[in-house]
Amino acid sequence: MEHYLSLAVRAVFVENMALQMFLGMCTFIAVSKKVETAVGLGVAVTAVQIITVPLNNLLFAYLLKDGALAWMGFPDLDLSFLGFICYIGVIAAVVQVLEMFLDKYMPALYNALGVFLPLIAVNCAIMGASLFMVERNYTFSESLVYGTGAGVGWALAITAMAGIREKLKYSDVPQGLRGMGITFITTGLMSLGFMSFSGLSL
Amino acid sequence: MATDTKTLLFKPIVAENPITLQILGICSALAVTTSLRVTIVMCVALTLVVAFSNFFISMVRNYMPSSIRIIIQMAIISTLVIAVDQLLQAFAYETSKQLSVFVGLIITNCIVMGRAEAFAMKNPPVPSFWDGIGNGLGYSTVLLILGSVRELFGSGSLFGIEILPLVSNGGWYQANGLMLLAPSAFFIIGFLIWIVRSKRVDQVEKSEFKLAAHTTQEVAH
Repeated sequence: MEHYLSLAVRAVFVENMALQMFLGMCTFIAVSKKVETAVGLGVAVTAVQIITVPLNNLLFAYLLKDGALAWMGFPDLDLSFLGFICYIGVIAAVVQVLEMFLDKYMPALYNALGVFLPLIAVNCAIMGASLFMVERNYTFSESLVYGTGAGVGWALAITAMAGIREKLKYSDVPQGLRGMGITFITTGLMSLGFMSFSGLSL
Repeated sequence: MATDTKTLLFKPIVAENPITLQILGICSALAVTTSLRVTIVMCVALTLVVAFSNFFISMVRNYMPSSIRIIIQMAIISTLVIAVDQLLQAFAYETSKQLSVFVGLIITNCIVMGRAEAFAMKNPPVPSFWDGIGNGLGYSTVLLILGSVRELFGSGSLFGIEILPLVSNGGWYQANGLMLLAPSAFFIIGFLIWIVRSKRVDQVEKSEFKLAAHTTQEVAH
C-alpha cells in the first residue's frame, strides 16, 4: 500500500507531467486561458489516462513483450517494436469510445468536454504516460496508480496555470512578451515551485 | 517553382516558426535540449518524420475519406516513427537511451499532425515534402539555440567539449545547474519569443484589455 501511495505522490508532484516532464505542453499553453475549460480538460485527460495506461500495460504484457506470446505457442516472438502504433491506436480508440459513451449516457459532461475530447488523442501527456509505463516496467496495479497520478498532476498544473492567466490578462506586460512569452515565463516559475517537491518520498 | 520551394523551405525558420509563433511541438523542444548532441539527433529525427509524413499523406490525400483521416495520418506517422526509433536503437544506442520516450513522442508532436492537416492535405507531394523539411528546420533552429545555451551555461561545454573551464576542473567557470533543470527551458524559450517579437512587431499578440490612463491626479484638482 505504501509503495502505491509513494508512486502516486511521485506521479502527481515530483514528476509532474506538465511542469517537470514537459508533456502535453501544446494543449497546456493553448487551452489555459479560462479556469472552467482548464478544469474540464484536466478531468478529461485524467479519465483517459486512468483507462489507457492500464490497458496499454495489459497489451504490452500479454501481446508485445519479448516472449509474451508464449501462451499462444510463440515463445520466441518479440513484438515490442510495434509498441508505438499499438499504444496510439488504443488511445485513439479509447477517446472515440469515451466520446460515444458520454454522448449517450452523460450528455451534460459531454457538452462540457465536447470540444476537447478529440484533442486529447494527440496530447503527448497521455502517450508519454504509456511510454513511461513501458520503460519503467510497471505491473498492472502500478500502472493504474501511475496513470491516475499522472492525469491528476497534469490537471492540477493546467488549472493553476489558468488561474494565473485569468489575472495576468489585466496586467501590463511588455509588448513582445504579451501572450505566449509571459505564459512560458510563468510556467517556468511554476516549475521552479514544483521543484521543491523533488526530495519528497513517502 | 524555384522561388516557391525557397519560400517553403525558409519561411518557417523565422517568419512562421512552428515553435515561437504557432506554439507547436514544444514538449520535445524543452525536454531534449540539455545536451547538444542529443538535440541534433532529435532535430534530424523530427525533420525526417515531418518531411516524409507530409510526403506520404499528401500522396494518399485524395483517396481517404475525411471521417477517418486522423487515424490514417496517425498510422502513417507512427510507422515512420517506429522506423526512426529502430534505426536509432541499431546505430546510436546510447543517444536513443538518452532520448528515452521522446522519440516515441514524435507521434504526438503537434508539428507533424499540424503540418499534415494544414499543408499536406491540400498540396501535392513534392511541395509538402519541402514544407516538412522547412518546418523541421524551423524547429531545429529553436532547439539548437536552446541546446547551445543550456549546455554551454549548464555544463560549460558544447558537444561534450569543454568551452568554459569548470571550477571543479581547476578552471574559472562555476556551472549553473539551473540551466540543466526544467524551469530554465521555459525561461529561455520565453525570452527567445521576446527577442523574435521585438524584431518582428507583426507577431505581437493583441492585448485583451486596454489599461486606462492614470487619472487620479486630474480628479484631485
